[in-house]
Amino acid sequence: MVDATLSAPRVGRDPAWVKGLILTLVVGFIVLFLVAPLAMVFAGALSKGAAPFLMALGQPDSLSAIRLTLIVAAIAVPFNAVFGISAAWAIAKHRFPGKAFLITLIDLPFSVSPVVAGLIYVLVFGLQGWFGNWLSDHDIKIVFAVPGIILATIFVTFPFVARELIPLMQAQGTDEEEAAATLGAGGLQTFWRVTTPNIRWGLLYGVLLSNARAMGEFGAVSVVSGHIRGLTNTMPLHVEILYNEYDFVGAFSVAALLCLLAIVTLVLKAVLETLEPEASRHGL
Amino acid sequence: MAFDRPEPSETALTPVADPTTAPAAAIRLDRVSKLFGRFAALKGVELEVRPGELLAVLGPSGSGKTTLLRLVAGLEFPDEGRILFGDDDVTLTKASDRRVGFVFQQYALFKHMTVAKNVAFGLDVRRKDKPSRKDRDARVAELLKLVELGDLGKRFPLQLSGGQRQRVALARALAVSPRVLLLDEPFGALDATVRKSLRRELRRIHDATQVTTVFITHDQEEALELSDRVVVLNEGRIEQIGTPDEILNAPATAFVAGFVGQSNAFHGEVRAEVFRAEGMTLPAPGLADGPAEAFVRADQWALSSGKGLEVKVLRVPPSAGLLRVEVEDPHGRPLEAALLRAEGVAKPAVGDKIRLRATGGRVFPSP
Repeated sequence: MVDATLSAPRVGRDPAWVKGLILTLVVGFIVLFLVAPLAMVFAGALSKGAAPFLMALGQPDSLSAIRLTLIVAAIAVPFNAVFGISAAWAIAKHRFPGKAFLITLIDLPFSVSPVVAGLIYVLVFGLQGWFGNWLSDHDIKIVFAVPGIILATIFVTFPFVARELIPLMQAQGTDEEEAAATLGAGGLQTFWRVTTPNIRWGLLYGVLLSNARAMGEFGAVSVVSGHIRGLTNTMPLHVEILYNEYDFVGAFSVAALLCLLAIVTLVLKAVLETLEPEASRHGL
Repeated sequence: MAFDRPEPSETALTPVADPTTAPAAAIRLDRVSKLFGRFAALKGVELEVRPGELLAVLGPSGSGKTTLLRLVAGLEFPDEGRILFGDDDVTLTKASDRRVGFVFQQYALFKHMTVAKNVAFGLDVRRKDKPSRKDRDARVAELLKLVELGDLGKRFPLQLSGGQRQRVALARALAVSPRVLLLDEPFGALDATVRKSLRRELRRIHDATQVTTVFITHDQEEALELSDRVVVLNEGRIEQIGTPDEILNAPATAFVAGFVGQSNAFHGEVRAEVFRAEGMTLPAPGLADGPAEAFVRADQWALSSGKGLEVKVLRVPPSAGLLRVEVEDPHGRPLEAALLRAEGVAKPAVGDKIRLRATGGRVFPSP
């Protein structure tokens, strides 16, 4: 009995073989379903060497798709950053009726299928839609044009920044803002000097996620784009077109570039996460 | 600079504003009411804070004391009544224009700024009369010295202890030369030893700066020990305003008598200006006949050899000075008594039945 208690394993420690098994399963799963496909994309892109890869990216249609993707992200992301900050600020720092409903609404783009999101814009702004006649009378094209793509992208990336900031701001409360007010700071001074520094890491994180989604969105953009080559094709749409035309090297090349963008985003995010606790300790 | 730190002798010579010659109250609340939805946090509160005084607002939680302080600061606005700073009506003035110093219970320091930057904040955000960088730095150094944090200016708030953070908050609030300093349970988040030393600190800083100060607390000891006057607040109404001595020895209402000084209440009856309850009689001058309530503090008991309240001794904790006994009355209600040690009287032992006589106490008609 005495021996048994002395040699008993420490409580809460799993035996080595259980740990090993679980670890193998997890790593195996990640390699099989995440790393291998990603590696295949790059392998496919470079299957005929670097020259065809660069050629595929250098084609006018590819270049225009890359440009359009960057433009869309450059508009949608700042828009949603501004909206996200405003919404989070209103929700976290103020009392007003209908607050819970507003939070639910912000989540809507997460719960609605992106295809439906695209269809909504076609129904509203399309030729047969509510504003169709008025828009065509004034020669404004939204659906099957760049504005439609931007609107659809804004819709699907709507919640990222707000969702990131609301819990953060709620946890921080309003004490610091009230302290700033009693010290004579105006609303804008308080916002820039007190509120913003407290949320910057959450904001950056939200912007990065929002950017990743803006560049990668397929469904909603596909519905409103009209797939006009060189005009309304974003990178994800261009990948599909090239693939359907059996231009595998081309398709994989553009896909590889998209993957690179995503990987850069994730690495940035990881770097930020390691920086963050240090930063808040030293107030960097 | 708005204030120089006077030498101790100078402090003694400069009297705190004399109430009889004071021109106007530093702060006046004129029938102020505040509702939150249907809940009335304050009901027609009348209060004058004298220039230069250190006023404590004492009350149980939910009594409206935080609301009162936030109304004075301009962080909330009253539904009825007026708030005046001297002769200025500030009822609708924004917090940022009131020039009040507010110290929060949880410090509310700006985490991303150094201590020095925190203290300088009120000067940095000024649009008018913005001090030069040199003047600002001098002022910050002076304030940090005042709160005895002279060499911590480069630290960040998270690197400081709770007591140090509260000192930074105090220095930051004083930096704007506030017309009034408001402190919301300033020692609530601190442990007992730090509380005690910071309490003395606040008194010293108040005497050095002579700034009109209102602080709220639910700790009667803190209120009575630290302040010039105490306001006792209950359910949104003021029960009594007075010096600590008046609050303790001449409570105006049954609530104050029960809230202050670890009193026990006894229900009985007044006949011919004498209060009688089981085992006790107390004088009740001026009270009409009828049911009444008496409040007896722990130090208002004496051992009795004859008549008195019969109690059973539960515990005799070791103590110096007064002899403390924890007893229970015949109905099983616990009481605490602090008795004078008398020559030739045996110390009661646990389980003894002894008789206690009330030597003082306040009687109020039953509501």
